[in-house]
This record gives sequence, structure tokens and C-alpha cells, in this order.
Amino acid sequence: MGQLLQQVLSGLATGAVYASLALALVMIHQATESVNFAQGEMAMFSTYIAWMFVQAGVPFWIAFVLTVAISFLGGVLIERILIRPVESAPVLSQVIVFIGLLVIFNSTAGWIFTYTVQEFPSPFGDTPLLGDMITSSELGVIGVTLIVLALLYVFFRFTPLGFAMRAAAQNPESARLVGIRVGWMLAIGWGLAAAVGAVAGIMVAPVLFLDPNMMSGVLLYAFAAALLGGISSPGGAVVGGLVVGVLENLVGTYLIATELKLTVALAVIIIILVVKPSGLFGTVMVKRV
Amino acid sequence: MRTALLEVSGLKAAYGPTEVLHGIAFKLDEGGITALLGANGAGKTTTLRAVCGTVARSGEIRLMGKRIDHKATEDIVRLGVAQVPEGRGTFVNLSVEENLKIGAYIRRARDGVARDIERMYQYFPLLAERRRQQAGTLSGGEQQMLAIARALMLRPRLLVLDEPSFGLAPLVVASIFHIMETVRREERVSILLVEQNAALALELADHAYLLETGRVVMAGTAQEFQRNEQVRRSYLGI
Repeated sequence: MGQLLQQVLSGLATGAVYASLALALVMIHQATESVNFAQGEMAMFSTYIAWMFVQAGVPFWIAFVLTVAISFLGGVLIERILIRPVESAPVLSQVIVFIGLLVIFNSTAGWIFTYTVQEFPSPFGDTPLLGDMITSSELGVIGVTLIVLALLYVFFRFTPLGFAMRAAAQNPESARLVGIRVGWMLAIGWGLAAAVGAVAGIMVAPVLFLDPNMMSGVLLYAFAAALLGGISSPGGAVVGGLVVGVLENLVGTYLIATELKLTVALAVIIIILVVKPSGLFGTVMVKRV
Repeated sequence: MRTALLEVSGLKAAYGPTEVLHGIAFKLDEGGITALLGANGAGKTTTLRAVCGTVARSGEIRLMGKRIDHKATEDIVRLGVAQVPEGRGTFVNLSVEENLKIGAYIRRARDGVARDIERMYQYFPLLAERRRQQAGTLSGGEQQMLAIARALMLRPRLLVLDEPSFGLAPLVVASIFHIMETVRREERVSILLVEQNAALALELADHAYLLETGRVVMAGTAQEFQRNEQVRRSYLGI
């Protein structure tokens, strides 16, 4: 029983990371109807930026804030420079651009930082808490994720800019007719997704260690999480992330070899696509003509 | 001479390679209501789209004397042009009240917004009853009212209406046009109106233009149109 609870809690910690990245995927999908395959590599690159700051002696939390800010700007720039020209192109062209981005970030990181695996510091230490149920780093990851999610919720729900972004994602044509600069809303959406991804990368790096391929598995879990929750539902992505994290841990502990854990993500993806393509919380739009 | 609020000349517009407006001209005085009439496919909706920049266009469009024909839709909106598009452009997942709020998005001063929302509810009491309801669940007539109210939330100088009667029961249409009379008096807004129902449009409008396959074939006051024998036969069904 103790072991079960321990596995669930540590699953929640990794699940929180999946949830963040899944949320980033959903945010882009809401606005563009396509899935950003480079989201994981962007997060990886952000993590390297944080690592550089830390190497240069910048205190962890300052490095964290700087990295998130730089990632936001980077996301905005990527949208303005690379995504905007293919905005109205067919989905397949967009997918090619996303895959191109993935390869660019991956090989650029390899070129600048080499493929050597680096250690990444955890700001929360590794103290066992609650009678060895959970470690301080796991608790820290869950806490940081919750804070980020709460901030995003408040932003989208209660600020005029967040409101305009939701409107622009829902109905770009009409949004233009009330004067919303839809192009910039998209760019800010990319910025926010990149920033959330950066948080996910920094949180998961102490566990996975830092290398240019660190996020490929995480991205797969994030896909599974986003699909499970419903690709159209930000709240669903979060729940999906937590469920996938816990599921992965339990299945890995009790059912199959750890090496096969990634299969869980793929199984989830396939089952969801077959059984309930809209996911658990995917909204069914009410429309009257 | 006073400059017109909206003055259009040599306006052409195309969807891809197909040109649908072949150089049309019309104007709209400050405070006036101008109707664009014509059969299906005459280019009425495209004219409105060209004014608002949602279709590729060339020619001269002046708002208060200033060229707007190279501006993006968002910027034209910011100059005070509110469009109620074909299909009404409702944010179906937002509530009625949120739709009204988003209509006031570009207004810097936030304080007048709540008061304006209340005024819209006075014009359209049906909307007040449904203020918390998801806009997608409204009836066609209610959505049309919401679309007009949302456009008015911008406090526009020019309100551009595309077929407000489209797909609605005659009684609903009559009530919307009745409300538009009040709105025009109270809001002091100029209106550019496209309407299939010529009889209705001519009652509200003071000037009209008749479009046929992308060209203006007749222009005049609403009274002139109502008296014109050919218009009566072809468009008014009298």
C-alpha cells in the first residue's frame, strides 16, 4: 500500500510535467488546428538556456525567470518569422515546418552543447518527505506546475488580453471584425506555449538529465495526455497529463518492464483514437444554423 | 461641400482569379443610411467585404476623406467601422454578455462598457433574458440581434449590415427593422445596409444603389427607388 501511494505520488510529479507540455500543445492547437511537433525540442532548448545561466553562476530561480522570459520571446519570434508565412497553407505544409523546427532545434542544441549528457540541478533538493512517500523535488515539481497552471487560468479567464486570445482562437474572422489583432494573439499564444514548455523542461531535467534528445519521450507522453484529455480542452490536457504520469508509473512498477514504459503512451494514444477521439473532456460544440 | 463619411470609387474586388466587382462607386453621408440592393450574386456582400478589407480589392475607399483601401480589417475597425457579417459572426462558445464585451474590445475607456451593455439590453430585451446563455444556442433572430448589438458596442461611426433579414421569419425581421429605427435615432450612427428584401431596406434607408453583376446600374434617394416603375416590378414585387 505504501509503495502504491509512493508510485502514485511520483507519477503525479512526472505527470505534472506531461501536463505542462500537453497544455502547450493544446494552446497551439486551439489557435492553429495543428500540433506543434517541435514543442518538446523547444522546451529542451529552453532548458539548455537555463543550464547556461546556472553554469555561469546565476542563482537558480533568477535563471528560471530569465529562461521563461527568453522562451516567451523566442516563441513569439518563431511565430512571426516561421509560422506566419504558412498560416493559411495546407495542414501538411505546416506539419513539415513543425518537423523542420524539431530537427533544427535538436541539431542546433547538439552542435552548441554537444550530445554529452549533462547533470541539471534540482532547486528542491532530494529530501524524503511524509515518511518517504514523496521527495522534496517531486513535491516541488507538482507545486511549480500548479502555480503555472493557476497563472494561466487567471490570465485566460480574467484579463482582457486572455479574453481576446480566446476569442481569436475560436473565431479569427469575427475577432478581426471587433478589432482584435489576430496575428499578434497567435504570436503571444506561441510565446506562452514556449514559456510553459520551458517550465516543463526545467522541471523534468533533474530527473531525465540534460541532452538534446531528452524531450522526445516526454513529448510522446504529452501527446497521449493531450489526446486523453481532449485536444480541444486545456483542463483536459492537465488531467490527461496527471493520469498518464500515474499510469506510466504504475504499469512500469507492477505490470511490465521499465524499458517498455513508453509503450504505455503509444497504447493510450491508439486506444483513445479508436474509442473516443474527442478525448475525455473534448468539447462538443453547440451550434445552431 | 461636406465630405461624405464613406466615399467609394472604382472599387474592384476578386475571389482568386474571378473578379466580381468591376469598378463601383457610391457614397454615404454622415448620419445617413444607404442601402445596396440587387439580386443574388450582384456583388452586394463583396462590396461590404471590400470596405472592411476582408476580400482582395483595389480602387479608392475613403472614410472621412482618408484612404482606407490598403488597411487591414483590424485597423479599419479601429477607425470606427463595425460590420455585422453574413452568418453574423457570433462567438458561439461565449455567453451573450461576453459577446457584447468583446465587441467593446478596442475601446480604451472601460467605464462606459457596462452602461452600453445595459443600453443594448434596452434595445433588445430578448438578449437581456439570455445574457448568461451560450450564444450558439440562441435562435437565428436572437443571434442577429446579438450581432447588431455587438457591433454597436464598438460605438461605431459606420455600421455595416449584411442581410439582417436573412433566414428569419417575417415577424422577427419586422421587429429587428423597427429596433433599427430606434437605434439610428439614439446612436447617431451611419449605416451601410445590404438587403435582399428591397421594400424593407427602402423604408429604412434614405439613399440606395442598385447593383447588377458587379456594377452600379441605378442610384438615387429611397423615394426615387420606391417610385421607379422598373424597381417596383423587379425588386419590390408590386
